[in-house]
Amino acid sequence: MKSSPTSISPLQPDNAFAELRHQLQACMQCGACSGSCPNVFAMDQPPRMLWQRIIRGRQPVLSSHTFALCSACYMCTLRCPRGLPLTEAMATLKQIAAARHQPGARIEHAFHASFLQSIRRHGRVSETGFMTRFFLTAGSPLLPFRFMPLGIRLMRRGRIDWRMPAGAPSKLAAHFDKAAQLTATDTSTGTSKE
Amino acid sequence: MAYLYYPGCSLTGTARDYDISTRAIMRGLGIELTEITDWTCCGASAADAVDPLLSLSLPARNLALAQQNRNALDIMAPCSACYLNLLKVSRKLSRRPDLRPAIDEVLATEQLKLSGSGPRVRHLLDVMSQDIGAAAIANAVSRPLSDLTIAPYYGCQCLRPYPVFDDPETPTTMTDLIAATGAGVHRWTQAARCCGAANVNIHAVAGITRIASILDDARGADAIATVCPMCQINLEAYQKQAAARLGRDATISIIYLPQLIGLSMDITPEQLGLDLNLSLTAAFQAKISPAKRSDG
Repeated sequence: MKSSPTSISPLQPDNAFAELRHQLQACMQCGACSGSCPNVFAMDQPPRMLWQRIIRGRQPVLSSHTFALCSACYMCTLRCPRGLPLTEAMATLKQIAAARHQPGARIEHAFHASFLQSIRRHGRVSETGFMTRFFLTAGSPLLPFRFMPLGIRLMRRGRIDWRMPAGAPSKLAAHFDKAAQLTATDTSTGTSKE
Repeated sequence: MAYLYYPGCSLTGTARDYDISTRAIMRGLGIELTEITDWTCCGASAADAVDPLLSLSLPARNLALAQQNRNALDIMAPCSACYLNLLKVSRKLSRRPDLRPAIDEVLATEQLKLSGSGPRVRHLLDVMSQDIGAAAIANAVSRPLSDLTIAPYYGCQCLRPYPVFDDPETPTTMTDLIAATGAGVHRWTQAARCCGAANVNIHAVAGITRIASILDDARGADAIATVCPMCQINLEAYQKQAAARLGRDATISIIYLPQLIGLSMDITPEQLGLDLNLSLTAAFQAKISPAKRSDG
């Protein structure tokens, strides 16, 4: 559409890839990103290799866990001698994986979607509401048990609040719907519709 | 001095102690905080992982609300993730006019309007180190914490990608603030290395490994001081798992920087929310105990 936010809208996945490839084109494969990444030890391919695959159109990219492990510390972005927006590129890959319902990204997606759902309803995140929804939608019955010990410790200290967020902030349904509508304007797949 | 205050969701929930201690020291230092009316979530890291427009429009909504304040005050955010989200949309709007129409359209659903790039966005550490300054804090100290050695932990998003008030790789702003309280400063290499953020929730091994490296490097300090609720909970809540990973003890007190400063101003631990902390060791508690305070 005309007034469309093409530059920030994700994305027909193919367009998103084309856009990413374009953004990363100046990568000279120096590896400063991989050398700076605090999570690289847990990645199946270091960031440098992921950029290479995207630029050359090689697979696998979306089935890699590399971008899911990016904790947005921005060290690679800070140090990249080409000034490439590498942390943003990682976020774009997360968005594409979410939009495509990539099987390996199911838990991450449930986490983010539950979080956003909580904001949409209450304006602010309700930590208990969000975690409950996450457990229900992640499709992993053992998941709650991993969080239980910490939940109990926080509860004992009075750091878990079962009430909805205080202050009755605006509900954001109209905000979310408009953003989803604009984002979906020029894409066939759209982002996640919760 | 006065600021518009953006607490963010964490500070109304699991990081209530950060909110309590921030307000307590600001009151003690005579600084006025006005909470932004009707503020909503900044999108945290979730919006950015799902929809780039939402990751800009959610923080833009808060800037628009802040702009309605007549006194044109700076916004102060204690949470590094909130700070970065608010700052990012502000920076992007001033450099990328093509992004504005979509954001405007989303804000118009509530008859909100953001003109220009909104009020100036400041991190709590920026305000403390640049506006208030170590000298003013030293003046407010009534009970020097000379028994303590503190490891300053900055984390990531108050430093990067926008180096506003400190060196983004080897930050130093906390050094003078900690020294002002009378405490010693632990020298270490992990001060600006990532805590792994939400990785511990989803990719536990990756998250715990990061947390373990940080806790291990703080060995020798009495406590780590943090300026972000995500860093705080990660370092505070997973010490047992970190110890298992390291094969040695990783117990250390983790406190928010304003709690440390508050203690030196002789504000009680309860008034600083320290009773909510999961990690205070007996040794640390003894050093800050009231008995100690009366002879100190």
